[in-house]
Amino acid sequence: MSDQADMLSPDGEANVIDTEYEVGQDNIQASIGPFGLDIHNPVFMISGLTIVAFVFLTLAFQEAAGPFFNDLRGTITSIFDWFFLSAANVFVILCLVLIVTPLGKVRLGGTEAVPEYSYSGWFAMLFAAGMGIGLMFYGVSEPISHFSSSFAEGAGSPDSWAPLAGAAGDQTEAQRLGMAATIFHWGLHPWAIYAVVALALALFSYNKGLPLTIRSIFYPIFGERVWGWTGHIIDTLAVFATLFGLATSLGFGAEQANAGLEFLFGWTVTDTSKVFLIIGITAVALISVVAGLDAGVKRLSEINMVLAALLLLFVTIVGPTGEIIRGFFANLGAYAEYLPSLSNPFGRADDNFRQGWTAFYWAWWISWSPFVGMFIARVSRGRTVREFITCVLIIPSLVSVFWMTAFGGTAISQIVNDGYTAVSDASLELKLFVMLDQLPLAQITSFLGIVLVIVFFVTSSDSGSLVIDTITAGGKVDAPVPQRVFWACFEGLVAIALLLGGGLGALQAAAVSTGLPFTLILLLACYAIVKGLITEPR
Amino acid sequence: MYKKIMVPVDLAHADRLDKALTTAADLSRHYEIPVCYVGITATTPGPVAHTPKEFQSKLDAFVKDEAAKRGIDASSLTKISHDPSIDLDETLLSALNETGADLVVMASHVPGVPEHIFASNAGYLASHAPVSVLVVR
Repeated sequence: MSDQADMLSPDGEANVIDTEYEVGQDNIQASIGPFGLDIHNPVFMISGLTIVAFVFLTLAFQEAAGPFFNDLRGTITSIFDWFFLSAANVFVILCLVLIVTPLGKVRLGGTEAVPEYSYSGWFAMLFAAGMGIGLMFYGVSEPISHFSSSFAEGAGSPDSWAPLAGAAGDQTEAQRLGMAATIFHWGLHPWAIYAVVALALALFSYNKGLPLTIRSIFYPIFGERVWGWTGHIIDTLAVFATLFGLATSLGFGAEQANAGLEFLFGWTVTDTSKVFLIIGITAVALISVVAGLDAGVKRLSEINMVLAALLLLFVTIVGPTGEIIRGFFANLGAYAEYLPSLSNPFGRADDNFRQGWTAFYWAWWISWSPFVGMFIARVSRGRTVREFITCVLIIPSLVSVFWMTAFGGTAISQIVNDGYTAVSDASLELKLFVMLDQLPLAQITSFLGIVLVIVFFVTSSDSGSLVIDTITAGGKVDAPVPQRVFWACFEGLVAIALLLGGGLGALQAAAVSTGLPFTLILLLACYAIVKGLITEPR
Repeated sequence: MYKKIMVPVDLAHADRLDKALTTAADLSRHYEIPVCYVGITATTPGPVAHTPKEFQSKLDAFVKDEAAKRGIDASSLTKISHDPSIDLDETLLSALNETGADLVVMASHVPGVPEHIFASNAGYLASHAPVSVLVVR
């Protein structure tokens, strides 16, 4: 091996891509007032300005924008449902294949790279970024929705929202189907979407030596053109999806946390209180982002993990313990049984469920994938592909099964066995608290629930700011700190503007709409992953 | 009086380091002590290098060049940081322990308003390191 090749290689052997591009070569290093900047030209400017313009337009024309984006989302999920479902199946199959084939032996960062984080810290970060908040809200409500629609008399008719043909009048089967459908949306498929993006980024950055930014994945396809406008567009799209996704979640999250506080302490929900919640969450996120990856994001994710585990353990112990433990295995079985028919993209009669739930979820996960994938990639150097997929796909899926069983199973059992209907009557954001209300120590657990919701938002917001900052700095991770402060504040501001002006729903629909182009991008990424892995030493 | 000098270097801006490097070399010859040059890198590809290993070989080459040019006894140390914009200060402190140096010579920029909010690296080291720190402007 020549000196040159040896010098380029990462820890141990790897197949580095030989490109003239230098990380940060298109960056502008300037100072605005007293603050130094190191930003990618033109990704930073285009995404920043377009987001501002977009927010203004949405606010100015919200009466037209809302229906327009909702129609767009509806059209996309109903016309392209087969595409989303098929693509997600491809991602799951690719991941499972990578675990069992010799390609799983490839180590991210080269054959001798060592992991940078312990299993617990690593897992906490990827879990908090990946789902966190959704589990808090859908953990109770989604199993109930699917159970009720499957159990209802009209289940299986064209108007019904039941998964597959439903199980009209059959309580046991409706329960199994409801849990299987929920786990389907929170199990292997979403995590496979994240795993594909994260694996592609980690591979092309740590093993191939390209900058840590979305465009690098496309080097095998577009070659040197990724450093030009093709790449600018890909990166800008990724910034959009991330910022809109984060801002809308932040807005909705404030509404939901506020609803919880009202339920618990009787705080009235006003615009002012929501704005204060967003400011509060953003302030904590700022502290975390300025404290850095290790002292801020990682530590908060670990705190989060402990709190979530406490809540899960509590519900398991004081709830119907035996039922939950039996339910875990029963639901795994139901998931396995229904998985082939639920993931089948063609020839199904459950249009409402397939398009309104599944395709919507897939588009939503995919629009989040640049953010979550990039963050997971950032912390996964030194893992083998097999280890990586096990921890990003299999373990989180099992945790989701357990979580859904504990929260959703307990709620369904309250409805079925105790005739407690308040939980099914409550609004979406209150279901968790209404369910906890039936268990002992409700004040404490509900409070814990609210804290968890808020901390999950903080971890999304701080890791999101890191990701946007890295993309808009052309893949540099050592850009000046004020830049990430800027993005964290910007997220909060966009959320506040949309919360007050209306249009959160419109923007969420817009974010979901970015899921369609990204699905194509992800399918290309699958090809790039396989092509990239084959040339790696194992 | 001193045993070893530590000089943090930013290879991306090596051109701005000349004054600090000259100062360190002069001190090194005066006290007849070795200099250890410390470079900090993230694990992700950056402007200087694609991988930590490439970074290290570039730093080694830089140090070899310095030693030959200035006639001093020089060594190098590469430190890896997860989040260099934030962890730089602490990484430098741990490098100080590792090298066993008792004098730091480092370049700094002219302080401005941000220094009131975000401490400068040299400033941090001067207030937290147990050894003498010479900040070169």
